[in-house]
Amino acid sequence: MMAMGALRQYIDLFRDHRDLIDSNSAPLINALRPAALEALGGGALPALGSEDYTVTDLEAILAPDFGLNLAKVPVDVDPRQAFHCGVPRVSTCMGFMLNDTFVGPSDRQELPDGVLFMSLRKAAEEHPELIAPYYGKLADLQNPVVALNTLLAQDGLLLYVPDGVKVEKPLQMVDVMDFGMPLMAVRRMLVVLGRGAEARLLVCDHTQRADLDFLSLQTVEIFAGEDSLFDLYDLEESTLLTSRLSALYLEQQRGSKVLLDGITLYNGRTRNEYYCRFAGRDAELNLLGMGIEDGRRVLDTHSVVRHEVGGCHTDELFKYVVDDEARGSFAGRVYVAPGASGTTAYQANRNIVGGDKARMYSKPQLEIYNDDVKCSHGTAIGQLDPMQLFYMRTRGIAEAEAKLLLKQAFMADVIDRVSLPGLKERLHALVERRFNGCDASCASCRDASSRNPEN
Amino acid sequence: MLKVKDLRAEINGKEILKGINLEVNAGEVHAIMGPNGSGKSTLSMVLAGNPAYTPTGGEAIFCGENLLEMEPEVRSHKGIFLGFQYPVEIPGVSMVNFMRAAVNARRKYLGEPPMSASDFLKLMREKRAVVDLDNKLASRSVNEGFSGGEKKRNEIFQMAVLEPKLSILDETDSGLDIDALRIVAGGVNKLKSADNATIVITHYQRLLDYIKPDFVHILYKGRIVKTGGPDLALELEERGYDWIKEQSGNE
Repeated sequence: MMAMGALRQYIDLFRDHRDLIDSNSAPLINALRPAALEALGGGALPALGSEDYTVTDLEAILAPDFGLNLAKVPVDVDPRQAFHCGVPRVSTCMGFMLNDTFVGPSDRQELPDGVLFMSLRKAAEEHPELIAPYYGKLADLQNPVVALNTLLAQDGLLLYVPDGVKVEKPLQMVDVMDFGMPLMAVRRMLVVLGRGAEARLLVCDHTQRADLDFLSLQTVEIFAGEDSLFDLYDLEESTLLTSRLSALYLEQQRGSKVLLDGITLYNGRTRNEYYCRFAGRDAELNLLGMGIEDGRRVLDTHSVVRHEVGGCHTDELFKYVVDDEARGSFAGRVYVAPGASGTTAYQANRNIVGGDKARMYSKPQLEIYNDDVKCSHGTAIGQLDPMQLFYMRTRGIAEAEAKLLLKQAFMADVIDRVSLPGLKERLHALVERRFNGCDASCASCRDASSRNPEN
Repeated sequence: MLKVKDLRAEINGKEILKGINLEVNAGEVHAIMGPNGSGKSTLSMVLAGNPAYTPTGGEAIFCGENLLEMEPEVRSHKGIFLGFQYPVEIPGVSMVNFMRAAVNARRKYLGEPPMSASDFLKLMREKRAVVDLDNKLASRSVNEGFSGGEKKRNEIFQMAVLEPKLSILDETDSGLDIDALRIVAGGVNKLKSADNATIVITHYQRLLDYIKPDFVHILYKGRIVKTGGPDLALELEERGYDWIKEQSGNE
């Protein structure tokens, strides 16, 4: 059966090239591969249409014969040159990831002492004692996306902020996909915030070539120490032929505050998974996301938030606009454990679906084993309000323009929760450009970037 | 300016307008009165082009052109303005962006470049004064959190900005206290000229104390059953609508 095929090729690849993979990575990263291989077992994947895979066809996404740059052959591209799109340069500290190879932070001197913003591979070689307690400790190998990532990952990003250190300047990580043939990039991201540490990170996912299939296979682990503060803005601006399978794992200690914001402006097929867990009291999570889907794009969000201790707060909001023949899915589960009293958790998913062929699936879930909680969830799927449209048209605003304004307005509240200086304004502009039908390539956004003096 | 002949229209398969005849010339103020459900709001929606309503017969000619064939935005460009009975709230769209879009859409239609930021701000300031509209509303979302009076003043403010040839004001007096009514009516009177015309749709005579009509029409069951001068409104105030119902029922 074909269903066994897609994963098989990567398992075979691993078996055939294990030495090559290991020799181009760090022992600490290599050490988890046997467990990952075992977890993958016979190579079966959840089928399209099965529970939690309403719109994501893992088989189809993994089926193409992607190349992998296991030997870490240098790619003749300087991402710092190639990358000149209209994304805010909100940070003076910018790191680049070319496919799945970290190519250096721009300026090390901007960072406070002890902060590591660097290649995960290099960090695992140079500071194994820092990495060992964390790498692979949250990500669940029973998740096939994580297992495949762990099997093949060689590099990625490490952000390490020691106890009490506050990184004032926002960090930016630019992931650039650029290769002469279809490529799978296997990325890993590890974020460790010590007690009272603070950092904000903007990740921008870009694909430079629109004519080739790419797959970004990403696993993220975030450890938020006591009273730490961390914001992650994860912005995807890729292409129709790019697939992205991302699994993010977060553990929050007492008093920590985390914001995760997944913004999908342009993509092909994307599945973003969030697994968040409160391990200490009085912690707070803002879990946000927005997606603009048209053509035949697919966006799938899967989130699980576990309140295992009391007194924590979750605020979850995902908003989609789905047009044409695009498909969107949101599945969100908030779990409140028997002892987790004083929990507050709010979950909302709101969507605008235009056109008869667009599809949106929404599955909000609350699972509460405790009386002393304040929880709510809600979902809405609808169309643009005809009276709002008519009102605007009676003022002379053309129908297309009115729709544009209403869609932008729909996204306004989720954008307004961005606290990174400059990013909010920039996102409003990017969303406007997106709804205007501009495409993601740099050539077409020259107008937008030329208005930004920073570009 | 506007010639409506035997206009019929329906919504959801139900015929509401059953042959309206109306002629409005430049410089005139027409009042359309009538009991609930007579088709007053439907007439305003059909003239402004609400796609939920389907014209099924007759015609509406505006400045020599067939109004019924035009998109709502084109009607606006040609000089039709509808003041809504229930101004629509648009969360997330600020008043200032909304008005800029409206002003520049008109300019684009006329082949003019977008208005400069300073000219636009000047225009807003000048037109706000017509109805004494608070500047703080400019940064708020359209009609969101506006009081009843603010919403209606906002309608007249938009009318002042767009300078229509024909304004159709649908129950602009509803929900207004006497002070707000004075301000709104005062705004309408300031904008009145020999070149434009106004159709005031109202339930009560009260508004007509402030906006003096040249003609009063009574709409009942989808038809204009009586037309007269300002006296007709006073007569209605005194006698109610029952005699109209009886009269037209007997027809």
